[in-house]
Amino acid sequence: MDLLPFFQWCEASPIGEAIRESRWLFPVIESVHLLGLVVIAASVLVVDMRLFGVGLRDEPVARLARNMQPWLIVSLVVMLTTGTLLFLSEAIKCYYSPAFWIKISCLGVVIIYTFTIRQHVVMSSEARLRPETSKMVAVVSVLLWAGVGWGGRWIGFGG
Amino acid sequence: MLHLLAVWLGDRPWSVALHESRYAYSILESVHVWTLCIFLGMAILLDLRLLGWVLTDVPVSSIIRRLLPWSVVGFVIMVITGLLLAFAIPVRTYHSVFFRAKLIMLVLAGLNAWYFHSRTQSGMSAWDTNYFPPRAARAAGAISLALWLGIVVAGRMIAYNWFDCDRQPQPSVVNWAAGCVLEEPTE
Repeated sequence: MDLLPFFQWCEASPIGEAIRESRWLFPVIESVHLLGLVVIAASVLVVDMRLFGVGLRDEPVARLARNMQPWLIVSLVVMLTTGTLLFLSEAIKCYYSPAFWIKISCLGVVIIYTFTIRQHVVMSSEARLRPETSKMVAVVSVLLWAGVGWGGRWIGFGG
Repeated sequence: MLHLLAVWLGDRPWSVALHESRYAYSILESVHVWTLCIFLGMAILLDLRLLGWVLTDVPVSSIIRRLLPWSVVGFVIMVITGLLLAFAIPVRTYHSVFFRAKLIMLVLAGLNAWYFHSRTQSGMSAWDTNYFPPRAARAAGAISLALWLGIVVAGRMIAYNWFDCDRQPQPSVVNWAAGCVLEEPTE
């Protein structure tokens, strides 16, 4: 399946065009994207660190995760919205960017992973979890998110 | 004076090497962004907790004891990578209004953190487990959040050359803020 026509359609969309033609829109959207990054990083890391056995060790994992869940979801929505807008403004560049494909693959996997496997482990009773399992789940989560962030940064370097 | 220092730094072979390297600069940028997640991710949890917005059932002391050490590690790496990024392009960075705004806000954020940890935090045992910490603590959290928001945005904007000294004419206030040394006065 050739996706290039779809990317061309995105690039030609009125939204993409408006962002490209404005001097301020791209930097402003990107700044919101970065601020969203800080919040999503906080929501993900504090739970993954706890799963790994560091950070807020006195808190039960499930309670911590429930506490952070609204922040995770809101920041994810902000990231996906601003990310889509940025993408529309340079869709063809993204099509030819290996970094973009790495980012989008990691993103797809990590979203599914977070709301299935990780969610299940985080919410299950700690007594039944082996520490190695928790640690593995945390490491996979951090690595996938790191891939998303790395890919995102390198789109800007034309990689 | 500082302008001359920036020029001198820019002439160092290391600076040129960083600037011209295909990967070093990009890798530094990536590490800067990764550690932003660790440092600021942990730091905003404390700020938001002080405001009573998140983790309200966790004692403030617990967040400070368990999360701030990680934040400090992230901060150290951020400062090192940040200095190297500035060192790679010293003259332009020194004359960037966004970089200057970022430095001022960094100093203010440092003062705010120092005031909180040296003064406000000393009475913490009285409100450690409170849903809403007292006004002084909430203010420290709000100020910190606002400053770091500004620092992140200003940091990202350094990449844009709208107000660079070599793009004249600029409004005189921009030239003043950027400390531009103009060859000939513009109208």
